[in-house]
Amino acid sequence: MKINNVILRTVAKIVVFIILTLATYLFLAGHNSPGGGFIGGLVLASALVLLFIVYDIETVQKAIPVDFKKVAAFGAFLSVGTGFGALIFDVPFLSQSFAYFNLPFFGETELTTVTIFEAGVALVVVGVVVTIILSISEDV
Amino acid sequence: MIEVMLITALSLYGIAIAISAYRIVIGPSLPDRVVALDMIGVMLVSSIAVISVLLGTTAFLEVILILAILAFISTIAFSKYIERGVIIERKRDK
Repeated sequence: MKINNVILRTVAKIVVFIILTLATYLFLAGHNSPGGGFIGGLVLASALVLLFIVYDIETVQKAIPVDFKKVAAFGAFLSVGTGFGALIFDVPFLSQSFAYFNLPFFGETELTTVTIFEAGVALVVVGVVVTIILSISEDV
Repeated sequence: MIEVMLITALSLYGIAIAISAYRIVIGPSLPDRVVALDMIGVMLVSSIAVISVLLGTTAFLEVILILAILAFISTIAFSKYIERGVIIERKRDK
């Protein structure tokens, strides 16, 4: 039986971008307010889960041709890589640093290396959560 | 005065959530339970807003956003389960 869900699909196209905006905000707010890589990754994964629910697996994977297991592996590589990058500068493993720069549009901005670590954590969370959701939704 | 009003609103939200939980327990059919769960989500969002006005803080605003998104996605998932019997499809039948 064919079911007409055009309202759901139209709403989901807009809501996905709202969720992605919230995920970016939570990812960047991680220093001194609630947020960070883990929560940003979870919200990002919830946007992808909404796409998988509204559309189907083949359509979404044709639009986003990414293997999520490789995304998780790359995130773990990035996080551990920032930890080993500290060893080059003769400081202990996982040491982080920050500095202030004058960017042309944003004014004086604090840039840290924790952001790269958090990006790795977010990629791991997105990859693992989407892989789990797709695995347990397989038809028997 | 405003504090008494906010606390009264919170108590009424508590009573409404209790009534919805009763509907979830005894609900004769699955759509009754889904609507009651969606009601509980909306009332949790509203009561968190009232609490953040009462405490005078903005720390709970992200909680409101995330709870609203999760309630939306879970309601869609339950509705699709009722309609189709499967939540995530392999391929949509044209």
